Amino acid sequence: MLELSITTTHSTSRNKLFASLTGLVAFALLAINPGFAEAADEKLRTVAVADPYLELHTGPGRGYPIFHVVDRGESVQLVKQRTAWYLVRTDRGIEGWVDLAQMELTLNPDGSEVEFTVAGLGDFTNAKWEVGVLAGDFGGANIISLYGGYSIDPHVSLEVWGSQILGYFSNGWMGSVNVVHETWPDLRVSPFFTLGAGVIHTSPKSTIIQGEDRTDQVGHVGAGVRVYATRRFLLRAEYKSYVVFTSRDDNEEVEEWKLGFAFFF
Amino acid sequence: MEIRFRLLFLIIATLAMSGCAATKNLFGIDDDEAPPPTAEPPGEVVDPQVERREIKEPAIDREDFEVGAFVGMMSLEDFGTDVVYGARLAYHVTEGFFIEGTVGQTEAGLTSFEELSGGARLIDDDERTFTYYNLNVGYNVLPGEGFVGEGRAYNTNMYLIAGLGSTRFAGDDRFTVNFGLGWRFLLTDSIALHIDFRDHLFDIDLLGEEKTVHNLEGHVGVTVFF
Repeated sequence: MLELSITTTHSTSRNKLFASLTGLVAFALLAINPGFAEAADEKLRTVAVADPYLELHTGPGRGYPIFHVVDRGESVQLVKQRTAWYLVRTDRGIEGWVDLAQMELTLNPDGSEVEFTVAGLGDFTNAKWEVGVLAGDFGGANIISLYGGYSIDPHVSLEVWGSQILGYFSNGWMGSVNVVHETWPDLRVSPFFTLGAGVIHTSPKSTIIQGEDRTDQVGHVGAGVRVYATRRFLLRAEYKSYVVFTSRDDNEEVEEWKLGFAFFF
Repeated sequence: MEIRFRLLFLIIATLAMSGCAATKNLFGIDDDEAPPPTAEPPGEVVDPQVERREIKEPAIDREDFEVGAFVGMMSLEDFGTDVVYGARLAYHVTEGFFIEGTVGQTEAGLTSFEELSGGARLIDDDERTFTYYNLNVGYNVLPGEGFVGEGRAYNTNMYLIAGLGSTRFAGDDRFTVNFGLGWRFLLTDSIALHIDFRDHLFDIDLLGEEKTVHNLEGHVGVTVFF
């Protein structure tokens, strides 16, 4: 057993990179913490209770019990927001979580009704940026993709994709640039067409004896749908047909199906 | 009689002087005298030159992201158990759903075959580093409170996660499916402790025929909401 622990302590450069990455996160945790104390000095948004009362929950969720109520006419400060819950502080310093539906019934200091900006279908159509993750099948291999998109107008957007391909015989990665056209961007279920080009790198698995790494250019056409889910969240499904321009006599054709989710902002 | 003359004289003198005053400006003698104020239209008594106050509400601090690090033990099928450590980043979409990315690393030990055979090695030492990343969807279940002593209560909840990713082990990247159960213990509204149990599954043909292996991980972690 002692031997086991000795043989497993080899340090590679990847190890060091990984350790430093984890260390960085740990450092970030420490760095973020003092920020909370400073935040208390900042000016907080204040609203007045207009409903008969405002219910304060112990946590940001439906299940957490109500432990305090604030009467009509009193005001509360908004400390922070998590999903659709607001942490409020009363004049007497009591803090609790209030849901969005109740917060919308409060009034601003000038007497106007409070409106919180909640992302909706309009943002789904008009948002400029989008980031998402999709996974699926790439010619029999598994594929995991990350993409970022910028919308030039509601109909046309540019996307950059990076994918990892994990197959039975070979692994690889692919990077591509796409132009996406949405015909009816204001629909909740919005179909799109896409056209793009990129680079694919494949390397055979180590258990396969023959074969060498290859890097080829690819071109593709595709179609799919974006479906608005909730808040800044959308689901996306797509099909793409790739042509791999190999250095051999004939080109390869690969079909890809993917499903995933994305955020717009 | 004299009083009447005197009055008449005064009246004539007054009229004559006012006439001189009226004609004085005909010759532009006293240009810098302000023109008589124009009469205000009735009803507009005061015109307040005060601009409407722009109320700019302070922005609300959003805390939908959760970042942290973890350390624990990971048991690799056929390759023994060692320390695992890594990092996680989560985004809370609703109070129920969140998405999460994790990276982690552990070291593979020796298989029973390698230990018994003496010198024979299935994989090189530098291929024994087991590194994974996963993208998961999570759902919070069973929100509740944990009581410490008599006077303190902390919010807790359990969550289920499932997702996919890639594991680099024994010289190859392997498509990995993982699922698990976790428990979140909120020390404050922004700092949480985690206890997680996860299973990482992938296909491997290192020991001859291809099989699906289960790699069980248990870890504790700290996260901060921001």
